Amino acid sequence: MQTFRAASPMEQFEIINLVDLSLGSIDISLTNSALWMLICTGAIIIFFAAATRRAAIIPNRLQSTAEVLYEFVSDLVRDTIGTEGRKFFPYVFTLFLWILIANLFGLIPTLPGLPHAAHTFTTTSHLIVTLALSMLTITIVIVYGFWKNGFKFLKLFAPSGVPPLMYILLVPIEVVSFLSRPLSLAIRLFANMFAGHIILKLFAGFVVSLVGAGGFLSVMGLLPFLGAVAVTALEFLVAFLQAYVFAILTCIYLSDAAHAADH
Amino acid sequence: MEVEAAKLIGAGLATIPLAGAGVGLGLIFGNFLTGAFRNPSAAAANQPTMLLGFALTEFTGLLGFTISILILLEIF
Repeated sequence: MQTFRAASPMEQFEIINLVDLSLGSIDISLTNSALWMLICTGAIIIFFAAATRRAAIIPNRLQSTAEVLYEFVSDLVRDTIGTEGRKFFPYVFTLFLWILIANLFGLIPTLPGLPHAAHTFTTTSHLIVTLALSMLTITIVIVYGFWKNGFKFLKLFAPSGVPPLMYILLVPIEVVSFLSRPLSLAIRLFANMFAGHIILKLFAGFVVSLVGAGGFLSVMGLLPFLGAVAVTALEFLVAFLQAYVFAILTCIYLSDAAHAADH
Repeated sequence: MEVEAAKLIGAGLATIPLAGAGVGLGLIFGNFLTGAFRNPSAAAANQPTMLLGFALTEFTGLLGFTISILILLEIF
């Protein structure tokens, strides 16, 4: 009888070099992570190129989908930042779409028998990727905050209308809260995707070991399989929700930067 | 105590924040539903705030999970 062996749940996060490249002493190899980032970006570009190719007043199905996405993010930006948030719309839209597509593409099942390098890879399940995204957001917040408000941007840490003695307590809290923003943004997205995919592969591992045990236990393998299906459905929700949360928090931080001098 | 055993116990203890996150999430969604049933017309406008609260609460649990994984995989 054929023996089954499940891969470790951590194996899916392994980064493999596909094409070895180097720039001086810096390793810039094309990895499976980079490949999936390119696939996500390419998919978004192709989708919007196809959707807007024959743009009409009465949209076809593809164009309606693009319009729904556009309006969803547009409303989000307008409701959170206000009218001056228009200039941030391209950034938030790109961020939302990219995270959404990266999360969703990570859920594509790998075809059995493919070499490890061709396995489906969730780019957002790596802390360094999400940290890069959140650092970009916080850099824009800081640069725009100082550019827009000058040194009044620092009023973000010391809001007016508070008893003077309270500032001793309030300023450190506000500073720590501001500094933890990029970390909390990054860890939220990373940990959600990471934990979700581990749970998914744990259930899949149970199926493999139960089927491999043979006899009555093989039939019991159906239970973790149903569990894996349920977790996959949940992961679709999480994939959307995390992209939404990342976008809305980015909007709130940008709104803080835009209106720092007002309070 | 063996270092390995202490590490496993520590990783287990680091998942306790999940209990707090669970209570918090229950409070958020429960209270949102209570409010939404009382005034259904105001529910849609407050949904982003609820999701924001959900994300911020969830973070405490995820932080515990991350620390647990860091201890288990010895990445530090």
